[in-house]
Amino acid sequence: MKGKGKQAAPKKAQPRATVPHLGSAQERGEVWVLAEQRGGIVQRISFELLARGRALADRLAVELTAVLLGPTAQPGLRELIERGADRVIHVDAAALEHFLGEPHMRVLECLIKARRPQIVLAGATTTGRTLMPLVAVRCRTGLTADCTHLEIEAGTGHLLQVRPAIGGNIMATIKSPRHRPQMATVRPRSMAPLKADSKRRGEIIIEQAPAELLASRIRRLSFEAAEADGANLPEAPVIIAGGRGLKKRESFGLIHELASLLGAAVGASRDAVDRGWIGYPHQVGLSGKTVSPRLYLCAGISGSVQHLAGIKTAENIIAINNNPDAPIFNIADYGVVADLFEVLPLLMKKLAAYKAAKGEPTESAPARGAPAGGVS
Amino acid sequence: MATLEAMNIVIPIKQVPETSKVKMDPTTGVMVRQGVEAIINPLDLYAIEVGIELAASGGGRTTVISMGPPAAETAIREAIAMGCDEGGLLSGREFAGSDTWATSYALARAIATLPPCDLILCGERATDGDTGQVGPGIAAWLDLPVVTYVSGILRGGEGRLVVRRLVEDGCETLEVELPCVLTVVKEAAYPRLPTLRGKQRARAARVPVWTAADIGADVGALGLEGSPTRVVKIESPTVARHGQICTPKDPGQVEAAVEGIIAYMEKLDLL
Ligand SMILES: Cc1cc2nc3c(=O)[nH]c(=O)nc-3n(C[C@H](O)[C@H](O)[C@H](O)COP(=O)(O)OP(=O)(O)OC[C@H]3O[C@@H](n4cnc5c(N)ncnc54)[C@H](O)[C@@H]3O)c2cc1C
Ligand SMILES: Nc1ncnc2c1ncn2[C@@H]1O[C@H](COP(=O)(O)O)[C@@H](O)[C@H]1O
Repeated sequence: MKGKGKQAAPKKAQPRATVPHLGSAQERGEVWVLAEQRGGIVQRISFELLARGRALADRLAVELTAVLLGPTAQPGLRELIERGADRVIHVDAAALEHFLGEPHMRVLECLIKARRPQIVLAGATTTGRTLMPLVAVRCRTGLTADCTHLEIEAGTGHLLQVRPAIGGNIMATIKSPRHRPQMATVRPRSMAPLKADSKRRGEIIIEQAPAELLASRIRRLSFEAAEADGANLPEAPVIIAGGRGLKKRESFGLIHELASLLGAAVGASRDAVDRGWIGYPHQVGLSGKTVSPRLYLCAGISGSVQHLAGIKTAENIIAINNNPDAPIFNIADYGVVADLFEVLPLLMKKLAAYKAAKGEPTESAPARGAPAGGVS
Repeated sequence: MATLEAMNIVIPIKQVPETSKVKMDPTTGVMVRQGVEAIINPLDLYAIEVGIELAASGGGRTTVISMGPPAAETAIREAIAMGCDEGGLLSGREFAGSDTWATSYALARAIATLPPCDLILCGERATDGDTGQVGPGIAAWLDLPVVTYVSGILRGGEGRLVVRRLVEDGCETLEVELPCVLTVVKEAAYPRLPTLRGKQRARAARVPVWTAADIGADVGALGLEGSPTRVVKIESPTVARHGQICTPKDPGQVEAAVEGIIAYMEKLDLL
């Protein structure tokens, strides 16, 4: 096997030699959460992580630190403390503004090695799910993906990490008994943030990152924002989803209309995505997104095992399907066995009336076609 | 896709159980694979397709590798039938029970033993373990840049690739230096089916099996023993929610059912 026509001999890929583990299970370090910012605004996942981190830190009687990478507006730093952090470590280098992998990895690795936390949590977001495995390898420690529950084991003080596996069919409890820090990514919206307490005190440490940590072999050339009803399904509190039962692309507009009436995100089955009615970022299920909204309302989705794999951790499921035997009804909290072309328009009419009665402005939501966000 | 230079491409693929009806051994916490049909991780098909297209456009080569039981050889032959040039399997007791940390170590060691490569293409995640950690893990072991959630490769040249990456609030365009690791999502390609000629080639192909010694891996960092994480408990959550199902028989009942939906939303304080 020989590469032809390369201009420079590539750096030979060589794993680093195995080195001793970073920390032992006896260490009593802090609990850390990796806060996230986008455009300088601290993201909600940071506060969810703090709520989890607070409970763990209290149980272990250690301090809770939020690590925030990239330039961020001051009120966001305060809010991290108001919502549970004892300390904020802020590395505000411009090179960390957008997540690129390497600079974030080196900075976090460096902080962990210097300060030796016993637990590090991040969101199971595109950032957390990329950064944490990089850092776990560099720190020679274990990492559990996409946890929905965390607790401290009585007696040993180990972190018990619970996560759905095999398409949500089982819940596995995982621990890293001999390695520190114990690292986990946590599913967005699997816990509510603590209420902000303006009386909470904490320290904000500004760390400088040496230039050599900030080099990157990846450059960000541009960014295209998704449509508002967008693809941010894992973090959406309400999702309206449609499947093949919608029959054609135009009628999938019913799903968009209902979603915009409720300020909800739009989801879809693979069938709807494969037919080009909506882009892949909206696909829910085994080969799409896993979601945990407060409400998942779906119409014309049969509830295949692959689709159900993505919605097992939804808090509430409402299903509309004209086939009483559709498996979606096994998992629905409220099901309506009826024609969606009757139910959805009526639901929108009644919702509009409800809002009018409540005195809300009733600007009718414009119907949207399938968004351009996804190449189908 | 733009024409690219010849690249050596390595594609790590995983064999996963066909259905979501797999069992776990409650004592070891390891998956019981016997009796369940195994397939290529569906998300790895996109990595395979991207690899084949890139290699075809620039005259490069694709090598699929997998770590798994001897039967995972089937997955490698399937990938060759689709159009990959060659493959190799990491198999042996020493690898059994590896978590994502140990798996990425083993795969990184294997890649380092192969002739130098320009690009490593992984699936976004495996549908069984569902972690998405192995791709970035390989990058960390090999000290290579990694771009995850890649939905397309726009162009290449001069030792770089320009790719699109899907994130929560949109789509980034990134330029990455080679060699690098990419993990791809469904949008990146339409996987092709194996051809008759491909199947013949696959049948004739020699698929080497590598042990820890062959790839110079530290056995202490492999398998159940070498894995930092331990599965300590497995539970099957009850799936059925026994919700309220209404089957309206006339328009009046449809109306009542719809009011039921609104009442439900009201109860959740969503209105
Ligand atoms: C490896 C693999 C991975 C997969 N990953 C995913 C995934 O991530 N996500 C996913 O969704 N699927 C996935 N699938 C596909 C999955 O198996 C199903 O094919 C798919 O979910 C079906 O989509 P659907 O429910 O929209 O369509 P159908 O199963 O065709 O269901 C349509 C439903 O609409 C109902 N309906 C029809 N007309 C009306 C009407 N007028 N009013 C009310 N109801 C109506 C019907 O009764 C039916 O139940 C995967 C499959 C495989 C093999
Ligand atoms: N045992 C394995 N052998 C080869 N490749 C693997 C293996 N496990 C994971 N991968 C690769 O890593 C990706 C992510 O897998 P995972 O981190 O297990 O979700 C997969 O899509 C494969 O490309």
